[in-house]
Amino acid sequence: MEKALFNYLLRLADSSLIIGHRLSEWCGHGPVLEEDIALTNIALDFVGRANALYEYAGKVEGKGRTEDDLAYLRNERDFFNNLLAEQPNGDYAQTILRQYLTDAFEIHFYEALSTSKDETLAGIAAKSLKEIQYHLRHSSSWMLRLGDGTEESNRRLQNALNEIYRFTGSLFETDENDSVLIAAGIVPDLSAIQQQWQKDVDAMLEKAMLKKPENVWMQKGNLQGKHTEHLGYILAEMQSLHRALPGVKW
Amino acid sequence: MDLLKLQESFDAKIEKGDCIEPKDWMPDDYRKTLIRQISQHAHSEIVGMLPEGNWITRAPSLRRKMVLLAKVQDEGGHGLYLYSAAETMGISRDEMIEQLHSGKAKYSSIFNYPTLTWADIGAIGWLVDGAAIMNQVMLQRTSYGPYARAMVRICKEESFHQRQGYEIMSVLAAGTHEQKAMAQDALNRWWWPSLMMFGPPDADSPHTAQSVRWKIKRETNDELRNKFVDRTVPQAEFIGLKVPDKDLKWNEAKQGYDWGKINWDEFYNVIKGNGPCNKERLEARRKAHENGAWVREAAAAYAAKQQQKAAA
Ligand SMILES: [Fe+2]
Ligand SMILES: [Fe+2]
Repeated sequence: MEKALFNYLLRLADSSLIIGHRLSEWCGHGPVLEEDIALTNIALDFVGRANALYEYAGKVEGKGRTEDDLAYLRNERDFFNNLLAEQPNGDYAQTILRQYLTDAFEIHFYEALSTSKDETLAGIAAKSLKEIQYHLRHSSSWMLRLGDGTEESNRRLQNALNEIYRFTGSLFETDENDSVLIAAGIVPDLSAIQQQWQKDVDAMLEKAMLKKPENVWMQKGNLQGKHTEHLGYILAEMQSLHRALPGVKW
Repeated sequence: MDLLKLQESFDAKIEKGDCIEPKDWMPDDYRKTLIRQISQHAHSEIVGMLPEGNWITRAPSLRRKMVLLAKVQDEGGHGLYLYSAAETMGISRDEMIEQLHSGKAKYSSIFNYPTLTWADIGAIGWLVDGAAIMNQVMLQRTSYGPYARAMVRICKEESFHQRQGYEIMSVLAAGTHEQKAMAQDALNRWWWPSLMMFGPPDADSPHTAQSVRWKIKRETNDELRNKFVDRTVPQAEFIGLKVPDKDLKWNEAKQGYDWGKINWDEFYNVIKGNGPCNKERLEARRKAHENGAWVREAAAAYAAKQQQKAAA
């Protein structure tokens, strides 16, 4: 059980950290000052959540690893974040789309997780849920602005959708850890979440005047640590200084 | 009311120490000076996000990453308050941004220096925010109401910025040989540019005297600079770093430090555009603005459509 929980916590923490990293790349480069601030704020929420989850994962594992050990001293093949999180920012349409698809998943997932029988996890989820409500409001409002804004913004958003929709299957990947934890009432069943997500996403795509890509082959593999080539560069950058001076205090 | 009376009532308010508010009459030069100063201040907050943003993705611990994200986000917020304060004087944010991008408006030259190592993030918080605070604490009592009120909000956050920077430096200074060298190197590179942040010496500062008369400024560049040195040198000593000034000496009689000469040629050269990162900073801002044009257009088009629907 501890092992399953540990693996699952890493999955959640890695997804939060990696998308937080991507969002933080916008800092200082946003399309308008208000958005610069909003994305930085959202990035901070994700990194904060990752921090809490890693800290708990370290406790569950019981080998004395800290949150920084887990974030900075694991390699590509030991990261389990969903593949959507690591996709490049692209233009603002791609960032907003990636965010919306993530938020639409997280709103249901973390709501369910907030009733987990694991109190620590339920606590982290409840705190995250408040943040996610804001994230979803933000990304939804931009989905509409871009989808129903100008011809160009609609085209860009559609291109982004065609480009990254194939990574959404990875949000719902499960493995043997899921069944153990679902049985114990610690985590929700992702298939139920997926149905809610699909319903919301379909409705949003229609409102934003987008065509849902058809016959999409969903890319998976993250639970086995198989990623797109982007993750290696994220980690190379993120971990470089921490690894350059091993074991020191920062 | 004729102009003379308006001028008299303005002067009386300044004399009494009352705030000037947006709807009040004010001399053209007062307005121009403030627009220049507030927009320059706003631009500095925004351009200042770049050198620090440079280390967010590489921050060496999650806690440091979070603190840095929060800090840079604050700076964006400061920019927002300040643009709004300037807008009360009848200039739009678009105009101000245009002036920044065309090179007509300036921003604090300190941000034209590169952040080469992690210790630079500590040095910026400690020294650059520390110097900014000196200025901003004074500006809480500046004569233009919206500017003074923006400063009250900003100052609360700046002291947190200064503390986190100093904390980064103190941890590095107490760390391994390599970390300590990193901290000392950052102090060596940021010390003099930080002193330059207060602007030219009073004797060569064309605007200072008038600004003090208008109570826009309450203390001169040199007064603030000396205050900063007196306050910062003991902080460096406390964590075992050496201020890179061979002439630095405590002066018992004046209860303050005597210190060396600032290289003003460097200062003017950086202002002219020849600093190590002038080109990169402006280019990054322009590029963000240009790449964001279609986003802003989409938002405007969407808002117009919504308005039409609401009216129909
Ligand atoms: Fe600031
Ligand atoms: Fe600051």
